[in-house]
Amino acid sequence: MDFAALLHRRLFAFTVSFHYIFPQITMGLALLIFLMKSMALRGDETANRAVRFWTKILGVTFAMGVVTGIPMEFQFGTNWSRFSAAAGGVIGQTLAMEGTFAFFLEAAFLYFLLYGEKRLGQRGHWAASLLVFFGSWLSGYFIVCTNAWMQHPVGYEILPDHRIALTSLSALLTNRWALVQYSHVMVGTVITASFLAACVGSYHLLRNEHVAVARKCLSLGVIVGFIASAMAAVPTGDLVAKQVYKYQPVKFAAMEGHFHTEDGAAMVLIGQPDVETMTLDNPVKIPGLLSFLTHQRWTSRIVGLADFPPDQRPDLVAPLYFSYHIMAGLGTIFIAIMSLGLLNLWRGKLYRQRWMLWILMLAAPFPFIANTAGWMTAELGRQPWIIYNVMRTADGYSRHVSTGNVWFTMLGFMGLYLFLSFVYFFVMTRIIGAGPEPDPSHETDTDLELVLVGGRG
Amino acid sequence: MQTLWFWIFWGMLASFVVFGGIDIGVGILHLIVGRNEAQRTQTIRSIHQVWKPNEVWLVAGGGVMFVAFPLLLATSLSGFYLAIMLVLWLLIGRGLGIELRGRIADPMWRQFWDVAFCVSSGLLAVCLGAALGNFVRGVPLDQTGVFFEPLWTDFRVRSDTGILDWFTVLVGVTAVVALAHHGALWLNAFTEGVVQERSARIARWLWMPLVVILILAATASSILQPQIRMNVAAHPWAIIFPLGAASALIASRVLMRNGRDLQAFIASGASLYAALVAAAFGLHPYVLPARNPALGLTAIAAAAPRESLQLALYWWIPGMLLVAGYFFYVYSKLPPKVSVAEEE
Repeated sequence: MDFAALLHRRLFAFTVSFHYIFPQITMGLALLIFLMKSMALRGDETANRAVRFWTKILGVTFAMGVVTGIPMEFQFGTNWSRFSAAAGGVIGQTLAMEGTFAFFLEAAFLYFLLYGEKRLGQRGHWAASLLVFFGSWLSGYFIVCTNAWMQHPVGYEILPDHRIALTSLSALLTNRWALVQYSHVMVGTVITASFLAACVGSYHLLRNEHVAVARKCLSLGVIVGFIASAMAAVPTGDLVAKQVYKYQPVKFAAMEGHFHTEDGAAMVLIGQPDVETMTLDNPVKIPGLLSFLTHQRWTSRIVGLADFPPDQRPDLVAPLYFSYHIMAGLGTIFIAIMSLGLLNLWRGKLYRQRWMLWILMLAAPFPFIANTAGWMTAELGRQPWIIYNVMRTADGYSRHVSTGNVWFTMLGFMGLYLFLSFVYFFVMTRIIGAGPEPDPSHETDTDLELVLVGGRG
Repeated sequence: MQTLWFWIFWGMLASFVVFGGIDIGVGILHLIVGRNEAQRTQTIRSIHQVWKPNEVWLVAGGGVMFVAFPLLLATSLSGFYLAIMLVLWLLIGRGLGIELRGRIADPMWRQFWDVAFCVSSGLLAVCLGAALGNFVRGVPLDQTGVFFEPLWTDFRVRSDTGILDWFTVLVGVTAVVALAHHGALWLNAFTEGVVQERSARIARWLWMPLVVILILAATASSILQPQIRMNVAAHPWAIIFPLGAASALIASRVLMRNGRDLQAFIASGASLYAALVAAAFGLHPYVLPARNPALGLTAIAAAAPRESLQLALYWWIPGMLLVAGYFFYVYSKLPPKVSVAEEE
């Protein structure tokens, strides 16, 4: 891989990693807000206050997602012109559909979700929350679909002039890779949002502020967070892993740190890969588990990385291995935290158990790491291909854009995004610190009051 | 099929200029028509509901360029690399300006985002105009079909020209004046009080300079780009597009004088549409003319494979019907006049 290609990759990787902080919040939060608004529609006034609070966070996060998302779309043309010229007739479809079907929908109705409650009334406001939820999840599908085609191209043919033509729109849109990947990615966004809801709820409860709304956010966060964390492993994570094994066995071997072909391959839990010698330092393994999880047989054979030709292997094996293991490890921890939270909620202790609230509050950053690590697994493992088995990454970047210009823009984006991080963090702490607006019906926000009105919803 | 997509693509871009031009124009005038925090809140509120759907025209237009003319996307975006990156920064600045300004009630916070919104809107108008200027003038495509323009060289229009030369700067200034005029007519129609009075004054004052600079830019275009002269010679009826733009501009002046503020604004939008259609017509069949006419990129050469274009039409048509519905809904929900009042 030449240096220029690596530099273009880094620019895209940096800007997309920063961008993805925001959509994973908005997509997950759009679901939670829709759920809360649905409760509000049945007369739960506390849920309605929670909706008003979370839409403020949604609004700011959405704005960050929009402004950092536009550079992603443009980079296809600026930095990956040879790839775009060849494959635009295919991936342009899903990207243009995202603009037409999802962005217009979100952009039109987000304003009404944020500011239109009085004007549209409760049912109209609920409809706005549904449309924003639908629009943001649709947007996610088109993006995953675009990526899925690069991972597992379907419904295309290569013309004599090397351009790629789409032959079936339905094959592109129902790519089995996209369906599996989408389920896993969306569950990941729900994990992020529900940990965030639980975090803010715990924070307010630990300070004994805004108790009613905080309990609502915490309980919803824990219940939805448990379901999503479990689903991230089974069925979605399991399906993704099997799919990778079936269609991208090289990626599978590299991300598992499975260097040599074995019958009854072990699952590596911890260890540091040494790519030069194709060994693993300080390994902690469970014998036979990798074979069992992929084939349901403890002794079946799994081909190791060393048995694939070098020009088919991902170039950055160690980061790939670590990103996968960080994702999987954090995913396991999420299940543990949320199971514990759910158990305590069920036993009625959660709201007073300070150590549990501390854990839930401090856990919120980790889903972001897990989601980013998951994407890095998918993308680092796709190398050296930009379109799997069709076009190499080294053949895709803009050759006539000099590395000096790429450096210039990368440094610029690093500076700008550092600034945006401060701005976002500052606004978030102000919104969360201020908390939900006080109850309009003059009920004081105390524990006693809650016991009295607890039956209301 | 390629011709159809050529017009779809230009139509989407023109829609961005007409709709997105509202909030860009308002941004240019933001610090002038609003002299205090309340008045500036008022101007932001007049576009807050519509700016996001307006900006999606740019993203969706980019999507259409990707799916229909991938070679155009690849060639032009990488060739204009530095200008595109500048545009991305400006889009970030103004988007956050509109959205974050109202989030914290603090005078310094608001001043910061007011200036960010105004400056990035003004520069964005220059960039959009300069981009149009580059398309009209032609770019230094080489034998292999690629080019890379520095931001500027010596500002003369030559074979190795930069993104900014005297002609593209002229078109950039034209864009600032045209969009400021457009934004002033919007504020005149959708606000009341001092902001509306100032906007009306600005719209009246800008009209004459706009006419002069449009004539200058149109004349320079037809001198610099031989294709325009050839197309007009081949299809003399096409003169209706520039004439239509001119009459819509005159109509906006007359309508405003008669107090029909909304119609005056719509006429301004129509004149922008007509002017861009005129530009597209002048350049056809090129989507990206070259300084050396033999090397220009035509719609047929830049287009995606035929199957892709055919399939894209199946979803594009119902998609646009939905979009029309959203726009009707969003604009019908606009308050008739935004006053200086409390926050949203």
